Amino acid sequence: MNQLQKAIAKAHRNDRTAKILITACGVCMALVPILIGLFLFYRGTDTFTLFHHSLTEFLFSGEWNPGDTAEGGGKVGAAMFITGSLAVCLLSLILTLPFSMAAAIFMTEIATPKARRLLQPAIELFTGIPSVVYGFVGLTVLIPFLKSIFPMPFSFSLLAAGIVLAIMIFPTITTMSADALAAVPKSWREASYGLGATRWETIAHVVIPAAKGGIATGIILGLARAMGEALAVAMVIGQMKVFPKSLFLPASTLTTAISADMGGAMEGGEYNAGLWTMALLLFLLSFAFIFLIHYINDLSTLKGEKK
Amino acid sequence: MALTTTTYGYTKEHSGEARPVSADAAAADSGSLTFEIKHMDLFYGDHHALKDVSMDVRTHEITALIGPSGCGKSTFLKSLNRMNDLVENCRITGDIRFEGKDIFREVDLLALRTRVGMVFQQPTPFPKSIFENVAYGPRLQGISNKGQLSEIVEQSLRQAACWDEMKDRLNQSALGLSGGQQQRLCIARTLAARPSVILMDEPTSALDPISTQKIEDLALELKEKYTIIIVTHNMQQAKRISDKTAFFLLGELIEFDDTVKMFTDPSNPKTEEYITGRFG
Amino acid sequence: MNDSHFAAKKRLDSIMTALFRFGAYFAVVLLIAFVGYVMGEGCRYLTGDMLSFSEKGLGNQFFNTLYLVFLSLIFSAIGGIPAGVYLAEYAHKGHLVKWVRMAVETLSSLPSIVVGLFGYLVFIVMTHSEWNMLAGALTVSILMLPLLTSVTEDALRTLPESYRLSSYGLGASKWQTVLHVLLPAAFPRIMTGLIMAAGRGFGEAAALMFTAGMSTDIHWDDWDLSSPSCPLNPLRPSETLTLHIWALRTEALEANANEQAAACSAILMILVVSFSLIARYMSYRIDKKMGGN
Repeated sequence: MNQLQKAIAKAHRNDRTAKILITACGVCMALVPILIGLFLFYRGTDTFTLFHHSLTEFLFSGEWNPGDTAEGGGKVGAAMFITGSLAVCLLSLILTLPFSMAAAIFMTEIATPKARRLLQPAIELFTGIPSVVYGFVGLTVLIPFLKSIFPMPFSFSLLAAGIVLAIMIFPTITTMSADALAAVPKSWREASYGLGATRWETIAHVVIPAAKGGIATGIILGLARAMGEALAVAMVIGQMKVFPKSLFLPASTLTTAISADMGGAMEGGEYNAGLWTMALLLFLLSFAFIFLIHYINDLSTLKGEKK
Repeated sequence: MALTTTTYGYTKEHSGEARPVSADAAAADSGSLTFEIKHMDLFYGDHHALKDVSMDVRTHEITALIGPSGCGKSTFLKSLNRMNDLVENCRITGDIRFEGKDIFREVDLLALRTRVGMVFQQPTPFPKSIFENVAYGPRLQGISNKGQLSEIVEQSLRQAACWDEMKDRLNQSALGLSGGQQQRLCIARTLAARPSVILMDEPTSALDPISTQKIEDLALELKEKYTIIIVTHNMQQAKRISDKTAFFLLGELIEFDDTVKMFTDPSNPKTEEYITGRFG
Repeated sequence: MNDSHFAAKKRLDSIMTALFRFGAYFAVVLLIAFVGYVMGEGCRYLTGDMLSFSEKGLGNQFFNTLYLVFLSLIFSAIGGIPAGVYLAEYAHKGHLVKWVRMAVETLSSLPSIVVGLFGYLVFIVMTHSEWNMLAGALTVSILMLPLLTSVTEDALRTLPESYRLSSYGLGASKWQTVLHVLLPAAFPRIMTGLIMAAGRGFGEAAALMFTAGMSTDIHWDDWDLSSPSCPLNPLRPSETLTLHIWALRTEALEANANEQAAACSAILMILVVSFSLIARYMSYRIDKKMGGN
């Protein structure tokens, strides 16, 4: 064989090896979330199989008193954590949505393109800021501030957690919505103005309806982030194991319960199992959010909208 | 391994001047056939893009492929070095032989593409230095000796008539060159891989008249040592440089003959209509 | 239709415009105040003592943060870049690709505490080890995987098809094309992705709580890699800046907890913001360069 033939034979050999290795990496990538799901499932179902609690008890009962032993025999009702999570998420969404929408609309419809090019990256920068920093500012600024205006027993509260999360998800929702609004064709706006509509009418009747798929995706991503956030919430919510009855009282969420107790609960105990079940629930919820996003996208494409 | 490159390779005594590859083979091969295509059909899915094409390509001649857009001339060209393999759903039947061997069964794909080089419509330099662009082919072929590479690069750039303008900027990015320079660099890059055939897919359509002129002159020079098949939109170009011309229309090879005869006395009325500019 | 109708329309329009303006300004002012507070408060306490590499200072945590992120970048690059190459170059349409894409998407939306628990189970419980940096780095690398995979895929997809065609035309195999043409051409974008991933890694906390541990004990004169106090030993517990804030705020025993947390926040903010600014500047430069050609 001459040099060229050798080189070609080697190229073929390397090509085959590389193809196998690269494909293996792709498959491994796909296996990671499946593996995570399997492990969570394996640990999270102990509550039901090993300690014989029912799914209804876990989801709907408010009695949380699992035994920290392998014998079990306690109560594993996570309803207060679940409602706590839902309440905090909803609250943060309600608080952030008006400002997100205003900021997104301001950036795309009112501000000059130059201002938008400056504003949007600046806002996006905030998605990267560590959650503990948000928690720290919540602790040192927000909590004293809330205490000074509301008569609260502990000042750590659902409201404080909601506000911190609202600030955290503001950049996510705003940038996603702004992208969706900016993707609406300019000609649609011009057509609306041409019919004598004002800017507000154009925004309300043309731009927002056209962008609602993208806006919904942004909201869901924000919700997913709020649902999964642990430490920032844990720092300001007060972590009291009660149902969230008032905005001004402490509460707990799925993530705060896990972060507070997982380190202390005995491996293989009922308490531990209960916490793993909560982690499994979080995993399934984030899966559900993805499906929701896909569903919305499919809906928009079916109607012939641009994504 | 079904490698068919027996008369081909780098040898020490060749690395010095001019072209090592087919120089001695030239005399023996002149008049012989580089490509023999018999009853070739090509389908893109259900679309029958080339219909029963048969054609012989002579060694050390320039063969021009002409015809209106979408007639299949580019598709035909890309079949010769199996670039159509990259197109999904593309299926070829019939017989294509390169130096007597079936390109689908008897020739290794990488060896075929090494021996049948290609220059594209748009200049396509890699985002590397000028030197690395030209050295890419030889490196693929296992040459890593810096001195040997430099020699090949210089030789190829000289052959492509760009040594003088590029010799001082070999380490600069090829993307900084003008369009015409980029195209000649791409020809040099193709030459550096030491092919025996060069396929050119409308190589001048993106260039200004002066650059076009340079590439045409280059083609005429290169034909001494290479077999060239060129797709062109420009009938004057075909007339100026080619020995043989093939006229494609709607996927069929309408006429294939000596260029002189084709442009003075075409035997098919459709050819006459096309070359006199009545359509296309 | 009459004049008063138009007047009402116009009035509504200006009211709404004012509202949007107010909402946007309020949000922006709040965010600026947030940064201002963290930086102002933090820099007040950023003294030489605070920056020292000792029990009192944050130097060790700072070092742990950088070292841990560095390790996770290596791990996730090893997994994520080939996965991106697979998606961009090797994958055919089919179930496997759908599956891989879905996996990337799922991973990117998993709460970091869930990934942290997975890391805890696999790298701590199942290996019967103490909290250690390696476990933390592996866990964080899982969180970085989707970003690196999609950045690599996008980087390869934005390359002109002509790079592939001309490489094949010169007789290159697919792997040679990927290795010698496509990856070098995509390198700046992949680099940008790595910097972005690093920026996120600095801020990670929930995934490290149960993996990297919340203590650190480094002796800067101990260079025996197997010693638990050697700075470079990845098998030692290693509290990062983020974990330090968390530990200080919840189990504050130290007198200057507040000052330390403020200083940590400021350092983190500087790290994160500067890395994402660098990444942004790089991709801006790349786009400009690509657009110029």
